Amino acid sequence: MHELSLCRTIHQVVEKAAGDRKVAAVHLKVGKLRQVIPGTLTYCWGLVSADGPLAGSQLVVESVSVVGSCRSCGRDTEVEQVLVLVCAHCGAAALDIVSGEEFLITTIDLDDRTPAARRPVS
Amino acid sequence: MGRFHRHDDETGHGHGHGHGHDHDHPHDEHLGDHSGYETGADRIVVLERIFDENDRRAAENRRVLDDAGVLTINLMSSPGAGKTTLLERTLRTLPAPERVGVIEGDIETSIDADRLAAAGARVSLLNTADGFGGECHLDAPMVADALGRLDLDGLDVLFVENVGNLVCPAEFDVGAHRSVMIYAITEGEEKPLKYPVMFRAVDVVLVNKLDLLPHLDFDLDLFRANLATVNPGAEVIELSARSGEGLEQWTRWIDAARSQPATSGA
Repeated sequence: MHELSLCRTIHQVVEKAAGDRKVAAVHLKVGKLRQVIPGTLTYCWGLVSADGPLAGSQLVVESVSVVGSCRSCGRDTEVEQVLVLVCAHCGAAALDIVSGEEFLITTIDLDDRTPAARRPVS
Repeated sequence: MGRFHRHDDETGHGHGHGHGHDHDHPHDEHLGDHSGYETGADRIVVLERIFDENDRRAAENRRVLDDAGVLTINLMSSPGAGKTTLLERTLRTLPAPERVGVIEGDIETSIDADRLAAAGARVSLLNTADGFGGECHLDAPMVADALGRLDLDGLDVLFVENVGNLVCPAEFDVGAHRSVMIYAITEGEEKPLKYPVMFRAVDVVLVNKLDLLPHLDFDLDLFRANLATVNPGAEVIELSARSGEGLEQWTRWIDAARSQPATSGA
């Protein structure tokens, strides 16, 4: 249950990046090896952003599968459910995790319906 | 971790215009003219790792501890696995308990901190319910706060007794040099498979409560096999904090870690 403190961190990063522009949505990539529950994260986002400059913005979580690369045959294996690091192709127990540990803010969508002081006039 | 690449469409909320980047600094991207829909919507590409700030503070803690020459061990387990009992026993076994510090993380109360102070350690208590929102883990800024209340020059070894929890503490680097897990045989053999992130985060697993083995169906070989599937490099030390069995191997491990160059913790 560390989603609340993670949302506070995300809030700080987004506030800094957006400045005084209105934010519509914040996009995250979260690897499945990160012990974060997407539903809890979006719920906590509502609590953390309420009454602040990001109130009403949406948190959009994209889950990233766990994939291991085999040190023996070089092929990738998607690891599901139980984390067993065995190559699905050659059976070697030598998988290096290549995805599934991501946890990043990728993009912020701005809401152009509100006037924003810093946006260039086009 | 693999090279980062974006697939806007996979989210179902993307605004089209996939645009691969490897930047880690924010910059504005004006999509309105290119996407053909949602005209005028601006997108800021951030690509900031959410743990960056914690990791930066953890590196700072590690530098402070390196400068003071204090080997720091992050001790994690589920509640009741025996962290405090093991620390008490370790303090009684080590030659100079007064040169051992403990950062004691608990959601409430000073019960464990009082036990360890009585055993001779210099204790800095962090009640996570007291100003930290009742957190289920310790993070680097909290540990930095506790470090400020310890005389590091008077210490050789510092234990960070994390909050009892097999999930959250594994995610936060606190700035320790080693990560150690205490695992009680009453917890069953399958836990490495159920909590792989925690078991992958540690250098050593101390298999505790070994004195109870005759009374349980616990299969040590099966546990070791399960651990090896998620963390083949983890060292295992079997011990009983209650009887003292195996304590010598544990204190030898601490001595060896003190003499080795510091490595960055998990």
